[in-house]
Amino acid sequence: MLDVSIAYNRYKFLGHEFLTWLWFIMDVDPACILKAESDMVSLEVDNRIVLENSFDNRIENIRIKGDEAGFEEAKLSLQKGGVVTELNFSLKTGDHEWKFNIKGESLNISSLKSPETGKIEKKEDIEGAVLEKIYLYEKVVLLVENLYKQFITIRVSSKWKNETIPLIKKWIKS
Amino acid sequence: MRLLSSSVSITRYKVKGKIQGSLIRTIMDGLKKNSITEIDNQPMGKAAGWTSFDNPYLPDFETSSCVIGAHFVFSLRIDKKNIPPKTIKKYYTVEMAKRLAESGREYFSRNEKSQIKEYVVNALSLSIPATPNIYDIIWNYDGSSLWFFSNQKAANEDLETLFSKSFGLTLIRLFPYTMADLASGITDKERDLLSTISPTKFMD
Repeated sequence: MLDVSIAYNRYKFLGHEFLTWLWFIMDVDPACILKAESDMVSLEVDNRIVLENSFDNRIENIRIKGDEAGFEEAKLSLQKGGVVTELNFSLKTGDHEWKFNIKGESLNISSLKSPETGKIEKKEDIEGAVLEKIYLYEKVVLLVENLYKQFITIRVSSKWKNETIPLIKKWIKS
Repeated sequence: MRLLSSSVSITRYKVKGKIQGSLIRTIMDGLKKNSITEIDNQPMGKAAGWTSFDNPYLPDFETSSCVIGAHFVFSLRIDKKNIPPKTIKKYYTVEMAKRLAESGREYFSRNEKSQIKEYVVNALSLSIPATPNIYDIIWNYDGSSLWFFSNQKAANEDLETLFSKSFGLTLIRLFPYTMADLASGITDKERDLLSTISPTKFMD
């Protein structure tokens, strides 16, 4: 395997492509996303998108944030050759909702808010609370891993070039 | 960052290697040997070590267990003394003036100035208490995976170093390349393709 720090910088574009692909899939084929988690009802972009556009040796970052934010400007940035570098998600299963952020270059999960759990009133409650939290965090971790597996399988196949890229291009222009 | 907080950040790792011999005893020994040491009233500026998840300010790996369900749950504590630069400048200037007066000299060499600064920082470190930062860890030993509840680069680096020293195992941070290589179930042929791919241009 490559040296970790070299691999991190050399392949961070994969994380950006993953988020760009994910936004595209969530927009045009949400049913495909639902396969990644059995009891998931929806996965949507929540209230934040960060994009990066590099041209003439300059890097331009575009941040779109807000509960009522439209993502037209984000699409415009993609039309200019940008990629998604950070996405904020809302995941719903039944009555429960998770909100979290994924940074493309690291695929780190941040600002993860899981459904509310029972209050800890005494020391004996801690163990149960930890197990409940692990279960809730695992939902998001496994979802991200499964979606990334789907992406990588396509990314290293001829399907990426022959089918996926033309569809993403069409979506960006729409 | 604490795992029971209302909002958390997670860095995911794959744990490379397996422990030989008694699992729980080896892990508890590693935690005990490398538990946090107090640096208050010491000249050190920073200390990093393991602490108990449920009692991080009074770590006790002798009597408390770090096993919850199928997971090892413990915390990394990083204590750091943050001396404001302006405070250092004030005491450095005072100390310089005092030593110049005592020696009857007009100036000190660069090396002497550096020694005076080091003396001042050490003296201040003795009187300033360290600020503790606690980062929780969930280690699924059977699944060879570990969650670290922070995305901070420095904290992650301290974790990787201390983990290797304590348990003789390597932590591999999961990011786009390592996730594709180690956690996506790709074939050797796909792995070869992965090593040659270049960024996609979504627009011409």
